[in-house]
Amino acid sequence: MSDRKEKYKKVAYYHGCALEGTAQPYNTSTRAIAKKLDLELVDIENWNCCGAMEVKNVDPEIQTYLSSRVMSLAHNNMGQDVVMAPCNGCYHNLKKAEYDIAHKEKSREVVEKISAKADHPAYEAGQVETIHALDWIKFGYGEEELKAKIKGGLKGLKVANYYGCMYTRPRHIFPEKDQGGDSESTSKPHYMDDLLEIAGAVNVEFPLKTACCGGAHTLSDSDTSTKLVLNILQAAEAAGADVIATECPTCHSGLEMHQIRALKRMSAQTNVKIIYFTQLLGLAMGLSPRKVGIHENVSNAIPMLKEMKIA
Amino acid sequence: MAIHEKHLIRPENIKTHDNLVIDGVDVSGHWSTFIETRVVTDYNEQLQEEIAALPGGEYIHRCWQCGSCTNSCTVNAINPDFNPRYWIYLIRMGMESELLRDKEIIWQCVSCNKCTYACPRDVVPEGVMKATAHWLEMKGHTETTPSTIFDAEFTRQVVQTGKIEDGRILKNFLLNSKQPLVQDWLIEMVKKMITNLPIKFLFGMGWATIFQPKTKGWGKARAAIEEHIAEEKAAERAALGLDPIK
Repeated sequence: MSDRKEKYKKVAYYHGCALEGTAQPYNTSTRAIAKKLDLELVDIENWNCCGAMEVKNVDPEIQTYLSSRVMSLAHNNMGQDVVMAPCNGCYHNLKKAEYDIAHKEKSREVVEKISAKADHPAYEAGQVETIHALDWIKFGYGEEELKAKIKGGLKGLKVANYYGCMYTRPRHIFPEKDQGGDSESTSKPHYMDDLLEIAGAVNVEFPLKTACCGGAHTLSDSDTSTKLVLNILQAAEAAGADVIATECPTCHSGLEMHQIRALKRMSAQTNVKIIYFTQLLGLAMGLSPRKVGIHENVSNAIPMLKEMKIA
Repeated sequence: MAIHEKHLIRPENIKTHDNLVIDGVDVSGHWSTFIETRVVTDYNEQLQEEIAALPGGEYIHRCWQCGSCTNSCTVNAINPDFNPRYWIYLIRMGMESELLRDKEIIWQCVSCNKCTYACPRDVVPEGVMKATAHWLEMKGHTETTPSTIFDAEFTRQVVQTGKIEDGRILKNFLLNSKQPLVQDWLIEMVKKMITNLPIKFLFGMGWATIFQPKTKGWGKARAAIEEHIAEEKAAERAALGLDPIK
């Protein structure tokens, strides 16, 4: 669809809190790719947290307001009609706010009330389209065009693509998914697989693509999270993967942290490396490991990448 | 599709006799096991309404007990006692005392939304789990759970400044939940991060700890959010018949 190519060429970039903290390499690599592919990312000035997975448990409408404010900034202050969020949490919350504002009167009322008090235009459903970094590359740049940009490639690196919870669930907030054709599937998502295959990876048959890492309770119920993560790491290794490709900062840091915790507390060692898909794409395009922040990851993939002559 | 069912007969209600003669007939062996008879009289007829009055619990009345939630549940797979379908059943029946037997694990829902995805009746079981966990806390049946402590600290920062900072969340959560700041796995993780990028890491973390990230001109939004949350919390307490917080 070429209209999407036009539409996604310049997008409002909502990186959110995590990408300024633990998930900096996701931010670094996303920006590096944008530069390489000549896609324009315009930062949302004076953005705020979307509410992550926590604020809704205190008050769901406040979470909707927080996310709506970001979309209001993009539409009203920047004149952008597309917001690109690489973080699954941000992406999920903006999508959910969009759905709730369109379908729930209470959500709409609270957003209007607080926006008025905070002196900014209330977001109205349909003013922006929220997309994930996966949509942005797949349709904004295009798969055929991406093929031409691969330099060196991933040389058959065995990858388990891990999408997590928030990219596909619950289904109703993603009306564009499960529509057949080139739309994303909520039960067997494949956009990351598609892009990494173009980049020269061998995608292993990974049954836990949309399993949960326990991210919401990564600190408050660490034992549960460690068990869930260990299950994912071991399944990836059993499937023959060298790397788990991630597209969510919560999943990514959860896998990193509980890989260590599983070793410390359960004496369970796993060696699979955890790398953001944007980092892998960057490497495949010939960017240096430093340019895509590989050294900032906790699981050290540098020796493996060097051995395979990817880095 | 199998329904992962909780064994409804609790061990303490199963009575086995080594030698048993009833009406002159020796029924020792397989025939000597009985379930303790009981009559349930302690219904809380308000239970479903109270859960429905809390955020997330609104659609509990739609449930028709198919069990898709429990069947798809992430936590159920590692702890078979974690059974959303069963708890929804108990709440709808008003069987509070039965529900309270599981009060220490209900908060462990990881919000993966597999249940909400699988539910054919749009009950939003994930929301019901959150509402139930909050109900247990508000009624004083459980201590404030680590999950609620984490949510409260996170929300406090967002409401105050518009943004959060990972290091500060971690530190305050460990302090608020009375856990040691020094954890073996945490040290190991920080060590790995420092070896890879010593200066940038230390500088970045130090900087963020001193100068908290803020959204400019957040004051008015903050006041409006605080006011809204206070109103909602008061309404929730009233719905549960609790006194307002002074």
